[in-house]
Parts: sequence; C-alpha cells; structure tokens
Amino acid sequence: MLYRYLLILLIIFPIKAMALIEVDITRGNLSPLPVAVSPLSIDDNSKENFKKILKKENLGAEISLIVENNLKQTGLFNPLDKNAFLQKPDVANLKPRFEDWNLIKAQALITGKVTFVEDKLRVEFRLWDILAGKEMMALAFTTVPSNWRRVGHIITDKVYERLTGEKGYFDTRIIYVAEEGSKTNRIKKLAIMDQDGFNNKFLTLGNELVLTPRFSPTNQMVTYLSYFRNLPRVYLLDIETGMQEVVGDFPGMTFAPRFSPDGKKIIMSFAQDGNSDIYTMDLENRIVERITNHPSIDTSPSYSPDGKYITFNSDRSGYQQIYIMESNGKNVKRISFGNGLYGTPVWSPRGDLIAFTKLHKGKFYIGVMRTDGSGERLLTENFYQEAPSWSPNGRVLIFYRETKTNAKGEGFSAKLWSIDLTGYNERLIETETDASDPSWSSLLTN
Amino acid sequence: MNRNIFISFGFHILLVLITAMSLPFLAKKPIDLPPIVSVELIQITDKTNIPFAPKAKKIIEKVKEKEKKLVSEQAPPKAVKKDKQDAIPLPDEKLEKVKEIKEDKQNPEKVETEIKQVSEFEKKDLFDPNNIAALIDKSKVESAETNKKSNEISQDQDKNIEFGGLTLSEEDALKAQIFGCWSIPLGLPYNENLLVRIKLQLKPDGSIIDSEILDHARMNKPGQGFYKVLAESALRAVKLCQPLRVPSTGYERWKELQLNFDAREMLEG
Repeated sequence: MLYRYLLILLIIFPIKAMALIEVDITRGNLSPLPVAVSPLSIDDNSKENFKKILKKENLGAEISLIVENNLKQTGLFNPLDKNAFLQKPDVANLKPRFEDWNLIKAQALITGKVTFVEDKLRVEFRLWDILAGKEMMALAFTTVPSNWRRVGHIITDKVYERLTGEKGYFDTRIIYVAEEGSKTNRIKKLAIMDQDGFNNKFLTLGNELVLTPRFSPTNQMVTYLSYFRNLPRVYLLDIETGMQEVVGDFPGMTFAPRFSPDGKKIIMSFAQDGNSDIYTMDLENRIVERITNHPSIDTSPSYSPDGKYITFNSDRSGYQQIYIMESNGKNVKRISFGNGLYGTPVWSPRGDLIAFTKLHKGKFYIGVMRTDGSGERLLTENFYQEAPSWSPNGRVLIFYRETKTNAKGEGFSAKLWSIDLTGYNERLIETETDASDPSWSSLLTN
Repeated sequence: MNRNIFISFGFHILLVLITAMSLPFLAKKPIDLPPIVSVELIQITDKTNIPFAPKAKKIIEKVKEKEKKLVSEQAPPKAVKKDKQDAIPLPDEKLEKVKEIKEDKQNPEKVETEIKQVSEFEKKDLFDPNNIAALIDKSKVESAETNKKSNEISQDQDKNIEFGGLTLSEEDALKAQIFGCWSIPLGLPYNENLLVRIKLQLKPDGSIIDSEILDHARMNKPGQGFYKVLAESALRAVKLCQPLRVPSTGYERWKELQLNFDAREMLEG
C-alpha cells in the first residue's frame, strides 16, 4: 500500500534532476611552458669568496644560466628574458609578487640563494606556481664549490621532475668516442663530458682503437671494446676511480658489449666458426653463456629494463630485422616488418619503446617502436646516422651523424645529436672533436 | 556474275557510308550529371532555440525600457508648460524665474531638445491633464503586458535550461578557450589513466569562485606523480583562462561546471 502511494506521489510530483554540466578537454597547446629563472641571490661576502675560488663574478647568475639553458634544451620550457623581470632576486626568493610575474606571462618561477658556508657552497632554491600563487617546492643542499655546474643540473632535475612528473636527465654524463684525423686514418679516444657538453675529458690516449662504450644502468661503470694487437678486447672502466680491467679476449668479430639492467652481466655478440650469436658473461665468475644459436647473424643485443627480455637484430628472415626473445633465448619473435633494414635496437629505460636505426632507400633513420613492433615512428632522417642511446628517463635519444665527403675526400665529420620523442626538438651537442658512439649515463644523484 | 559483283560492291559502299556518317550521330551522348553531394540533415532546433530566446528577452526588455523612458520623459514638459503659464501675472516671481533659467543652462542641451520634441509631439494631449494620466495608465498596461510576455518566454526557457546542457556552440567556445590555455606536460605517459576532473563554481561573468579537483586524494598518493602534474597543469589552465567564455544567460544552468581534462589523445600523437 505504501509503495502504491509513493508511486502516485512520484507520478504527481516529478523530481527535477539538476545534472552537473561536464565539458571534456582533450586538447591543449604544446607550446613550451613559460618559466622565469631568476638569478640566484648572493651576498657580497659570498660573492667575493667564490670569485677567489672559482674566478666567477656572480655565481648565482651563472648557476641560474645553467638552469635556464637546460630547460630551454628540453623544448618543453620557454625561459623568459631576464630583462623583463620586475622583482629583484633576493626579494623574489623571500616572497614573489605574483602579479609582477603574471604580467610577463610566467607560469612558473625559480628563485634561490647561494651562500659561502665553511668553505662550501650552500644553495637553496624554490619553485613557485605563479597562477596558483603558491610555492611548489623548496630544497637546499651543500657541496664543494667546484661542483657548481652540477648544482645547476641538480636544480633543473628537481624542477623538471616537479613540472613534468618524470625524472630529469640533466645531472648526467655522456661517454663517447672522440675522433680526430682523416677518414682513412682516424684516431679514436674514449671521452666523457657532462650532458650539456661541458667538462670534457679524454679517458684513453688514442693508441688503440676504441669502440662502443656503454654505461652501466646502475652505476658509473663503463664497458667498451678495444683492439689490442688486432684482437678485440672487452674492457670495464670505473669512471669514479679510473680503474680499468680486461673482461676477456674474444675470438673473431665482437660487437657492442652492453650491461644487463642489474649491472652484473654483459651481453654481446661475437663470431665463432664464422657465425655471430649472442652471449652473456657473468662479471663475477666470468662464465660465458650462449643465448642464441642460429646460422644467421645475430647482433646488437639490449636488455629490457626488467631484465626479462632481450631485443636484438638478426638477418634470419633474409633481411636484417629486429627481434625480441626471453632472456634465456626462448620464444624468439620478429617485431619489425616495415620496408628497409633495421638495426641497433635499444630498449627504453621506461620499458615502453625500442629505439632503432633504419636504412631505407639509401637514407638512415632513427626511430622508435613499441615493444610489440607497433606504432613505428621515424624521428629523424639523414645521410648517415646510427647508434641511438636513451637518456635515463627515456625521453631523449642521443646518436651520431656523419656528413658526406666531397670528391676530394674532404668535408667528413661526425657529430653527436639529440632528439626527443616528439621528433621536433633536434639539437647538435657541441664537442671539442668529432664524436661517435655516444652512451648516456644514469643520474649521478638520485 | 557482274550483277552480283555490283550488288555486293553497292552494299559494301552502303555499309562504309553508314559506318562513317551515321554511327557518330546514332551514338548517344553521355548525360553530363553533376557530382552527387551528400547532405546530412541534423536536427538542431532544440539546441539553437535556447540561445535565441534570451536575445528575444533582451529585445523585449529594451522595448519595455524605451516605453518607460517615454513616460518619464513626458513628465518634465508638464512642469515646464505649467511654469510658463504661471509665470505671466506676478512680477515678484521674476527672481525665481531667473533661477529656473539658470538651472536649465546647467542641464545638458540634449534634455532641452528632448523637452522641445516632446512638447511638439504631444501638443494637444499635454495640455489636458486627464489625457496625460490616461496615457500613463495605458503605457502601464502595455508594459505590464510586455512583462507578462517576457516572463512567459523566460519560463519556457527555464524548462529547456534546467534540463539541458550547454549548446554545441557554447561548449565549443569554452573548449576552444581552454585548449589555448592548457600547456600539456609532454612528459606524461600516454598509456595510463590520467583523467583529471575539476569542478568549478563560477560567477555570472565567468570568473572562478572556487575550483576543486574531484579526485584530489589521488594527488598525494605515492606513485601518482604524473596525476599530480596533470592536475596542476589543468588548474593553471583554468586560472589562466578566467573569466571563462560562458553563455551570457542561464547562469543557474552553468554556475557549477565540471571540466574533464584528458591528455591521452595528445600524448599518443
């Protein structure tokens, strides 16, 4: 009976539903985020001390310049012109006048302070959200003054992480092969530099040919290939200590040793009885294990970040293509099916993509595809380019590009380039000499 | 024999002639048809009726105001005329008259012309106070009718407004504005569920009273850094865009609005 009354009431008095209006925003602009990088404020006493030690007039301004350049290089941020700033650095660091920064269209502001404390460099910095009118992050750290460039990179890493949600890649180094001399008589040395091209150092003298240096994903160890008395040798080099050791002499052609994700193994390819296959070597007990056993040429192995899979290239289908398999060599599956030849596959540290070099109709491409081979995207095209290496956050690729020689055999050069996953932000990385075979380190500070 | 040859020759000549001359004329010219253009008919009256109704309401209100003005503008001449009439007999009142003239000079010239126009326009009626009263009454009745009509329109609108969302053009205008303000953080993964829902409370001019992230608890959970970054970027977009391009009418309808920010389409490229 009660239900019947309720039903009648419902019919007589219809309930008005006031639904909330929903609007789906599925597009935005991809233009870089306007950021104001205020020079880090510095008191007169600290300024004098740093001037004596580092020969820098204003260390605060120098550090902010590093941050600014790093952010600009990403293509994701647009650092605003410092001449437009209305507030002084020391005041802005305490409490920014958000209206002033809003006026110059800044959406984020970086302020900070540099002080000389007990012969050390103390840096504090803050990130402000101009539109929300609030502080997003504030950090302080102390280091030796000679580390001042790294301070700039660390600040950029923290700001980048806070604004994009992914780890930065600025406090990192790049190891590469420095090349000098004519194309036919090349001197190749091992060299290392900061990711922005500063602090370049040569690690070998150039007496022996060096090839394919690769950073360990876990620490500052490097493995590389060198020819000693025309025999290929795989070396291990500790960047921190400078200690170097020979992992082993391998027969025939040996290619591209690379670390496993835990840094305990090296994976490489070498030829036995004229057949190239993939092998791993345990760095503790030096036991070599064969992973592939196929009459075709299998080379360029690279582990997935979880260590469960390996990608490599092989010509077992008749043409050089990319394959993946389990880390024990089982369930080999071809993943590249496009036109042309595919090589040098490298698994992204994020695990979602595989970078590769592709040769098609006489041109070389650097591209990425998903781990199942779908979604192939060619990021850049050139006369000759290869050997992509991922930044530790899996957003940027570094590779090398060679130029054509003219009829007289002149004009040859090899340079390092970087490109991000959008394919729009391609940049030349300045090096003292010609350069090839780059490898990106993991973050120096976590 | 010769006869047969001639007959055969004659028929062959005939065939050649028919082929050479007649066939092109016999051939039908292809009909030159214009290309077919497909037309899709869409019922838009339900949507488009809504924005026009408030305009009608505005027009009616303008008419109503004009009529009100007429009544109010008609009033001063009565006093002017009366003064002129009363000013003749008594010389003691000259001073007062001077004062009144001074006051007229202080008034803008526009008022003077209006007064003149009105006095010329309604010469006959203005002298009869009863008729003026009747006019005022009439205008009151008319304005009441207009009010009634406009009220009827707004009630109809309310029915549509209460149960309807934004029209397509209103939604497009709002979307286009926010698209321009939202800098998508490009470092976000495209394969994760990153939908940020923001509830806004708006003023009638589109400025924001309050903004609330509906899943704000997710922002501070470990491993939800990407979500936090996206949510902050969405909030920045909303703040950068304000005042939002909201419809000029139907405030009740959109005073609370939910924006769903989803960057997956953009990030997938």
